[in-house]
Amino acid sequence: MDDTSPKRKIHVPILTRVEGEGALNIVLGRDSIQRVELNIYEPPRFFEAFLQGRNHNEVADITARICGICPIAYQMTAIQAMESAWGIQISESIYRLRRLMYFAEWIESHGLHIHLLHAPDFFGCASGLELAKKEPVAVQRGLKLKKIGNQVLELLGGRAIHPISLAVGGFFRLPRREELLQLVPQFEWGLEASIAMVRWIGGFAFPEFHSPTTYVALQCPQEYAIMKGVIASSDGATVDVGKYEQCFYEEHVEHSTALHAHRVGNPLPYQVGPMARVHLSFDQLSPTVRELAEEIGWTLPSFNPYHSIIARGLELVQAFQEGLDILKSFEPKVQARVAYETSEASGCSATEAPRGLIYHRYDLDQSGHVSRAKIVPPTSQNQRQIERDLVKILPSLLSETDENIARRCETVIRNYDPCISCATHFLKVRRTKGVE
Amino acid sequence: MSKLPRLAVVKFASCDGCQLTLLDCEDELLALGEAVHIAHFAEASSQLEEGPYDIALVEGSITTPHDVERILLLRSISRVLITIGACATSGGIQALKNFADHQEFMKAVYARPEFIQTLSTSTPISQHVKVDFELRGCPVDKVQLLEVIQAYLRGVRPKTSSESVCQPCKRRGTVCVVVVQGIPCLGPITQSGCGSICPAFDRGCYGCFGPAAATNMTSLSDNVLLPNMSPTEAGKWLRSFNGYSPVFAEESVRLWPLTLSNKSHKEGGDTK
Repeated sequence: MDDTSPKRKIHVPILTRVEGEGALNIVLGRDSIQRVELNIYEPPRFFEAFLQGRNHNEVADITARICGICPIAYQMTAIQAMESAWGIQISESIYRLRRLMYFAEWIESHGLHIHLLHAPDFFGCASGLELAKKEPVAVQRGLKLKKIGNQVLELLGGRAIHPISLAVGGFFRLPRREELLQLVPQFEWGLEASIAMVRWIGGFAFPEFHSPTTYVALQCPQEYAIMKGVIASSDGATVDVGKYEQCFYEEHVEHSTALHAHRVGNPLPYQVGPMARVHLSFDQLSPTVRELAEEIGWTLPSFNPYHSIIARGLELVQAFQEGLDILKSFEPKVQARVAYETSEASGCSATEAPRGLIYHRYDLDQSGHVSRAKIVPPTSQNQRQIERDLVKILPSLLSETDENIARRCETVIRNYDPCISCATHFLKVRRTKGVE
Repeated sequence: MSKLPRLAVVKFASCDGCQLTLLDCEDELLALGEAVHIAHFAEASSQLEEGPYDIALVEGSITTPHDVERILLLRSISRVLITIGACATSGGIQALKNFADHQEFMKAVYARPEFIQTLSTSTPISQHVKVDFELRGCPVDKVQLLEVIQAYLRGVRPKTSSESVCQPCKRRGTVCVVVVQGIPCLGPITQSGCGSICPAFDRGCYGCFGPAAATNMTSLSDNVLLPNMSPTEAGKWLRSFNGYSPVFAEESVRLWPLTLSNKSHKEGGDTK
């Protein structure tokens, strides 16, 4: 590096239309990229530490508070990890009801990101409210779609943010059949409206940008994987969830309070989230969804991260279609919660949060208290890929003003729907920088 | 320049859930955008304007030296400052570190603690600046949030209840989980606002709206908690999302005294 070359420093102190607090630092030489850092300064909140010694019954409620946008991802992953530790089997009916609840979170979270956070970038708007003036039909439809997700969470979980109904072994209380059936008209509307939404997204002008990556997501032959399956990679590797920690590790870097995730033996970053899921489980999407992808002319594989809004859109259609089936067919004649015994055991689980793969492991003692917890959220896995995309796009922007560079870089970051509150909590790392 | 009241939404250490509550007002959001000028709301808009602000909604607790500077500045440029949620109002779940040895917490989470700058405590906003109104809840309730914003726009005091979770629970027609099922419940000492949802789902209230205006903590412990759980478990249970609010903290320490370092966090194996 030539230290005497003139440098441009671009600092975006507050990333906007992302969840949580982060900044971006770029140092450019005359015609080179000298430094790109996604600087996550959101203060750490030490969840793994204060989970130690807590009763297992509190874990779902506590870990939910890592993220107000995807509390179900935390609750479900924690509960499944503990059920795995103690060998608790839930019935197919309970599993399907949980899947509906997870879909509801996708609807709420994707609905928010598509309409209020991401789409404004494609119309040069600063916010969803500004976009609502240009595209009133689409934004109002989007808010209505998002609301349906929240209505399901309110019915099944008591409230949309930090729901209170999920329990180890099942649910604290099951909805009545007629309560579920009341949501059928909304889902019928939601299915049609989300299809129209994907057609709207299909008409966006997508920037030409190609950033090859390895996609990593759960994969399951029987269904579009959310809560079970193996961890698959687009390079062909698959690992059991129980082997996650042997294949992935995290390191602590100076510019971020979120840890960076790596694959063992592979220095390149990988990517989790809707793009990864759609690529790895395209065959498990419903025919309606696959035909819709074809109709709008979206062909896989795509390594254009701006296409993530299409992937979220397709997942929204899948969520409404499958959710409708679950609403119509659920028979709440099952036991809400199965009984179980606590013992000294360890269990892990991985699920698909709206933003991608999330992994939890708990070591539990005889009385059912947590002796150790490990949580890997999606955003700490995507951070390196985000920085890689930035390095990749910057050479094409060098002739732009600082303001334009900052604005374009923010759109790159937003493609990943980063959840910074999620990213800043974690665990003891197995390796640190420089230690192989 | 718009003549509308200028609204800012500002985040400190938190999960984002309370400001998300604003974006979850799907039916009211566009109307809200007409009634106020959203001057600073990083999660929702890339247009970030400097103060002064007429109303600042503050989410999250103070955990870093930088946070202390930010909240002092925000107060100086805000006419009305309202805290939203348990983190901003009582320090949040992350205030658990106030009971423990901070250095031990850092080491458990980060391999290189020297990179991290935090205070040893997580404290509510009111410990640093004057707060005009504190809206409770983990998360806050949508209806209450809209009521508070509207009240301040009209210049009147918000109408939010300070009764306990039990009153709306009775009005809702829920059969008492303590009396009938012997389930421990913090409802009698917790402020309402959530809709008394936990007992309606056959579980005990876990206090996410913080202490009610009038509480009899020792009576709750003796009659509702201790018949069903050990003092350690009861103390630990009070130490959660509002555990650092003085009423809960005092009773929790009485039931589960503090010990040196965070050793006490690991003594959990005595549930009855």
